[in-house]
Parts: sequence; C-alpha cells; structure tokens
Amino acid sequence: MSEIIKVEHLAKTFGTNEVLKDIDFTVHGGDVISIIGASGSGKSTLLRCINMLEEATSGRILFHGQDVLSGGVDEDTYRTKVGMVFQSFNLFNNLSVIDNCMIGQVKVLKRDKEEARKNAMEYLSKVGMSLYINAKPRQLSGGQKQRVAIARALAMNPEVLLFDEPTSALDPEMVGEVLDVMKVLAESGMTMLVVTHEMAFARDVSSRVIYMADGRIEEEGPPHDIFSSPKSPKTKEFLSRFMGE
Amino acid sequence: MSISEMNFLQRMLFILQDYGGSLAKGAATTMAIAIICTLLGCIIGFAVGLLQTTEPHKKDGAFKRGMLRVIKLILTAYVEVFRGTPMMLQAAFIYYGMSSVFGINLGMWSAAIIIVSINTGAYMAETVRGGILSVDPGQREGAMAIGMSHMQTMVYIVLPQALRNIMPQIGNNLIINIKDTCVLSIIGTVELFFTFRSISGALYTYFEAATVTMIIYFVLTFTCSRILRAIESKMDGPANFDLATSDTLAFTSGMNRYNERTGGTH
Repeated sequence: MSEIIKVEHLAKTFGTNEVLKDIDFTVHGGDVISIIGASGSGKSTLLRCINMLEEATSGRILFHGQDVLSGGVDEDTYRTKVGMVFQSFNLFNNLSVIDNCMIGQVKVLKRDKEEARKNAMEYLSKVGMSLYINAKPRQLSGGQKQRVAIARALAMNPEVLLFDEPTSALDPEMVGEVLDVMKVLAESGMTMLVVTHEMAFARDVSSRVIYMADGRIEEEGPPHDIFSSPKSPKTKEFLSRFMGE
Repeated sequence: MSISEMNFLQRMLFILQDYGGSLAKGAATTMAIAIICTLLGCIIGFAVGLLQTTEPHKKDGAFKRGMLRVIKLILTAYVEVFRGTPMMLQAAFIYYGMSSVFGINLGMWSAAIIIVSINTGAYMAETVRGGILSVDPGQREGAMAIGMSHMQTMVYIVLPQALRNIMPQIGNNLIINIKDTCVLSIIGTVELFFTFRSISGALYTYFEAATVTMIIYFVLTFTCSRILRAIESKMDGPANFDLATSDTLAFTSGMNRYNERTGGTH
C-alpha cells in the first residue's frame, strides 16, 4: 500500500519538558494503527503534532512525500485530508447535527449545499445518527456526539482519520457504540491512527500497534506480537498492568 | 385653575396634556440614539474585540507582527481612555473641540451618535473579548481540524457563540444608553432629559415633571429588557427537536423512549 504519512525524527518540547523524542513511523493506506501507552507518554501530543494543532519543535512530517512543517503543503488543505476526532467531541455547539457535518464541506471544500447534504447524510446513516439531524449537540448523549463527530470528519472525505482517545470521555455504557462504529470503519479500509486505552480494540481491530513510553516509541508491531510476546520489559509491564484488570 | 392650585395628580396630568408631544419626541430621540448607538457600538466592539484576540500566525513575518502589536496598542488606549473618562466630558470635548480646533460644527444628531457609539464601543470591546475567551477552545480546534481558516472559524463558529454569551451584556448596554443619553443635554441634544428640564423650568414643577419623566424612562427600559429576553430565548432555539424520519406522516416526537442504560434515546 502507498505511503501517506511519514514521521521522521519528530520532537516536541514544552519549555524544558521533552514530550516527544525522536519519533519515527510511517502510515500506509489502509493501516489501522493503535497508539497505546500510559497517560503522559506523549500519545495525544503526537497526534496533535501530526494535525498541526501543536507545532513540532523539530523533525519532519511528510504527507505523500511533501514536508508539511516547512510549508510545502497548505496547512488548511492538509487538515481537510487528515481528519481528527477529539476526546471531548468538539462539535460546534451553535449548529445542528446536519450543519456540523455540512459546514466544512460547504465553506472549506466549496461543495454545493445539495451535494454536501447528501454526503453528510450518507455518513450520518453510517454512524446511525441520521434521525438526529435536527438536534443540537447539547441535546445528545456523549456517545451520540462522538458518532456525529466521526461523521463530521468523514464527510470531508479525508485520507487519514486521527482519533484522540475517542472513548475516554464517555460513560462505560457508551464506549461500545463508538467502538462499533470505528470497527466498521476499519473494516471498510479507512486509514486510521487511534490513540486509545481500549486494549481490546487495539488487539482485535488494528493492523499495527505502537506502544509509547516517555515520549518514545518503545515497541511497534502487529497486535499479536505486541500482546502475546512483547519484547521490551516496559511494554510487558504496561500490558500486564492493563490486561490484568 | 392655575398650576399652583392643582394637586400632585392634576399637575402630572397637566404636564402630559400640555407637554405630551414634546415628551414623546424626547423619548423617541432618546430611543433612536440609544438603539443606533448600541448597534454601532456593537460593531465597533466586535471589530476591536476580534483584533485584540487575534494571535499572530507562526509564519507571519516581523512586519506583520509589529503592525498587529501597534494596532493592539492603539485599541487598548482607545478602550482605556473612553472607559476611564465621563461621557459627559467626552461629549463636551468632542463637540466643542471639533468646532474650535477643526472648525467643524457637528449637528445635534451626528454629535450624539458619534459620542455614544464610541463610548459604547469601548465597553463592548471588552465584553466581546470576554465573550470570545469564554468559548471553549475545543470549538476552535474542531474548526481548524476540518481545515477552516482563522477567519472562517471566527465568523461561523466562535462569534455566534460569543454573541449568544454576551447578549445579556448587550442588553445592559442598551439600557445604560437609554439612561445615559441624558448627559447629551450638555451639548443641547433635545432628548428626554432635556425635555424634562424645559418643562420643569417653564412650570417650576420639578417633582411632578421628574415623576412623569422617570415613569417614561422606566417604561422604555423595561420594555427593552423584555424584548431582549425574548430574543435570547429565540437564539437558544427550541428545547426539543424532531427526529428526521422519511415517513412524513409518522409522529416523530415522543415516540422514542429515553434509554437509561445507554443514556440516549435509541
């Protein structure tokens, strides 16, 4: 499969705090990569750097071979191709569900309204929210909001979708409905980069798992290898703590 | 019956009969100035507040950064000066200053509108800044993540939410403006307070004239605050929403049981 995003020697510091150190990895089309690791290991920062919500301190992010950080690609255009789903949903509170899924298409991609609406409806049905198009975000449950957020990101027809702990802000009862949607998405061939604490999702759905510790990629490989025979002692300890629960 | 033989109520009625027309005209002037100036003040406030919350883009050069800093400095000075001095003096300063320094004689209306708008704008700038800061930063990130530019994010996402948040403060400003136009009487604007002074001066019935004028002021401000409340609840939209089913004849409200387990309605 073709290479979409390549991260080279990426580093990020907040003041004197080194959050990411020398990160290297590649995302190919169709990859479903789970990024796991303890809180504070830099997983979310990595994702936010890839989407340029945080500015990387050094290193390169190549999108189809073009350096994003040095301005080789227009920032806003790049973001339409790399969608993001947030832990706190970030649905636009002033817009209805359908408008949330249409505004980016109409204002950024300049699609006409009819086309945008059709496209939005297609993805809203995919996530099971097509009945709720008239609702405002405040009228939805957490799981419903997150499914709309996924539809909003998909409606832009991105090449890659980044998930920043999409189920961490949800009540345990609602985690399942969001994971189900993500699973269907993964099976349909969507390229996904998922920061998650859901070990079952990482093990069963993803094609590759990255374990991060202290701002570094400690171990990377197919889920079966990572979960059954982790090589690094840090990975071993982390997994035994998590899976033991 | 001469006015000295009347009792309190009779005097008030007399004022209304003889001066009803000028009171109505004064009230209309007051309202016109207050509404126009609150709207203009809002526009100024939004422009200033928007500029003051603009952060330089990381790719901007030194010139652009410098410009932004100078503009912000000027705007801060404007806000501090006009918030920090009495509007009555600002009115005198601008009105007489224009004629003696520049030889421009501002008419009653243009002077009134310029002064009150600029003053309201200074207050609104801070209100708008607060309103923008009160919008969850996640809203901005959500907009940026689908590729919206700073301007698009502001216009479509942040400002509508900021506007809703500051509606009570805009109402406050309107009501303050209705009352504070009375300081314009210093430059001879014939508004409600000016009318009161004319009546009381002509009849020497200060108490009655004040009572009548106060009642008029109160009716104006109370009506405005009720109308603004109605606008606010309209902005919030309905508390319920209809499910979008393809069958247009089916009932869409009240058919879905709230599911306690999932916390949703499905």
